[in-house]
Amino acid sequence: MAELSPKFTTPQSKFGRIALRFLLYALLALFALYYLLPLFVMVTTSLKSLEEIRTGNLIALPREVTFGAWKTAWASACTGIQCEGLRPYFWNSVLLAVPAVLLSTLIGALNGYVVAQWRFKGANLIFAFMLFGCFIPFQVVLLPMARLLGLMGIAGTIPGLIFVHVIYGIGFTTLFFRNYYVTVSSELVKAAKVDGANFFRIFWSIFLPLSLPIIVVTVIWQFTQIWNDFLFGVSFSQAGTQPVTVALNNIVNSTTGVKEYNVDMAAAIIAALPTLLVYVIAGKYFIRGLTAGSVKG
Amino acid sequence: MAPILNIQNLYKNYGAIEILKNINATIESGDFLVLVGPSGCGKSTLLNCIAGLEPITGGKLFIDGNDMTHVSPKDRDIAMVFQSYALYPTMSVAKNITFGMKVRGVDAATQEQKLNEVASQLQIEALLKRRPGQLSGGQRQRVAMGRALVRDPKLFLFDEPLSNLDAKLRVEMRSEIKKLHQNLGATMVYVTHDQIEAMTLATKIVVMNGGVVQQIGTPTEIYNKPANLFVADFMGSPAMNLIPAKVLQNGKGTQIEISRAGNEPVLLHDQKAIDLPENVILGLRPEDIAEAGFRAGENIQEAECQVDMVEPAGADTYVVSELGGKQVTARLHAETRATAGKNLKFAFDLAKVSYFEPETGKRLN
Repeated sequence: MAELSPKFTTPQSKFGRIALRFLLYALLALFALYYLLPLFVMVTTSLKSLEEIRTGNLIALPREVTFGAWKTAWASACTGIQCEGLRPYFWNSVLLAVPAVLLSTLIGALNGYVVAQWRFKGANLIFAFMLFGCFIPFQVVLLPMARLLGLMGIAGTIPGLIFVHVIYGIGFTTLFFRNYYVTVSSELVKAAKVDGANFFRIFWSIFLPLSLPIIVVTVIWQFTQIWNDFLFGVSFSQAGTQPVTVALNNIVNSTTGVKEYNVDMAAAIIAALPTLLVYVIAGKYFIRGLTAGSVKG
Repeated sequence: MAPILNIQNLYKNYGAIEILKNINATIESGDFLVLVGPSGCGKSTLLNCIAGLEPITGGKLFIDGNDMTHVSPKDRDIAMVFQSYALYPTMSVAKNITFGMKVRGVDAATQEQKLNEVASQLQIEALLKRRPGQLSGGQRQRVAMGRALVRDPKLFLFDEPLSNLDAKLRVEMRSEIKKLHQNLGATMVYVTHDQIEAMTLATKIVVMNGGVVQQIGTPTEIYNKPANLFVADFMGSPAMNLIPAKVLQNGKGTQIEISRAGNEPVLLHDQKAIDLPENVILGLRPEDIAEAGFRAGENIQEAECQVDMVEPAGADTYVVSELGGKQVTARLHAETRATAGKNLKFAFDLAKVSYFEPETGKRLN
């Protein structure tokens, strides 16, 4: 094909090709612009003073860049009656998300390893139930979960929230790891058994080192879910243990007098920054991991 | 001395399906036992049962005199080479080979020493730092063998180790495995569906079909005296000619009559035939049918047959004609004058003949 095409290339069709290419890029640029515009407005608004927001244009660049709104959002914006900014809640989210992500990933890896490589009677049924867990809406579990957390004595605490997120995440993480491990030859486990390794040794020495791509996928997925979660956060926390999403909501909703758009925007960006960061750092593994499994090492 | 491996009345079921039925076999020290059969005959399952990777439904299994029926694989003192090689993908070749020792807590100096021994034996010293993904098929095969050799076990198990290699490499590795067996004097169990591999490697062959042992014997026994029609047909390439025939007893002794379409039947006079039923299936290997005058022996019978097809194969020429309603292949010398459509006088070497009962398929002589 590539050798044939120049023969048939007339000036018109060459021009047509370039025009088509141009149109394609123009369209792509337009969509990119369309998607980036809200972020642009958020960033510029957060850098403007309130005065400028009131008098200026929404999409204009700030005349005078000021980080005052960021400072306020981080350290002194009011969430209800307290005025400590996002900072304490941001750390709540970190304390919540990091252990919850690690735990649910580890449990998912173990589950996936068992369901894919140590098949037992009913393994398929149990896996089906776990899959079903992925499709249960958050709202359905709110009341029973509140009761359970109360019985366990961890209601309104960060460990309680970790517990909820770990349980809710297991379905997804198991699915990810199971689908990854099912492509690994079962002879690997057999060989390791003959070599004398036990269940955990095989997992630790052979399967975990294989799993970097799928670990990255799971961590990104879980981190995004847990960090961005609002419903569990607002339902199962109390003053002092609320995650950043709940605090953001409170900041935006509890403004008195003039609405401080710049502070709201800065706060929203701060709350979204960690997930953005995770994608930027690990994004290329994410794509690779999602398509992995079809390719054997 | 107790046999290295002793399998007694072994049964294996998956749910209601019987995979292995009443398997009995023993292997003496230094034996090279090959399990051979068509795919799905249960030979790999049997190997997994020997390794302890599959639980046994019934029967017993002894390794070196110890009851290993319910012992876990790691305590059976075995090593296994897998079809996919099953090398640990994230470990270097050296780590692959020493993993078993590491798990068992062997000290580092011994590990190093054994690794070097095995590496030089298999000529893989240059590969030790590489990952399995960076190796060719043949190199992976060597590493997989290295991992087994380094353990110095009582029993080596091979599960179709050559089936992933191309034809040339397969023949090379086959002779290397044979050399290895001779040099080490090790006891090996080897699974294959390739009957030539079985013939060349084995000191003892177990032919299986449908989860049942068909015959156990040396390669020569299996080849020359197949116990039934299945073994006769499965072992040897081209396959043994199996021709329906009638047995006539008259004054001249035993006559074997083979009918032909549109021609008078071929009569073969077997001077040594034992008591045979009226109908038999006569089995003759292609090399036991020659061109008349090119074969000497005590029990040679000659008959003229029409040649249907001539297939030169270099060293030999295969000639096909029809006898008893079957395509019969004869292996003639390369310079034969046989031409398709013409008649040729064949020499049937009845010293090598096998007779089978048509209904049961059992061997009669």
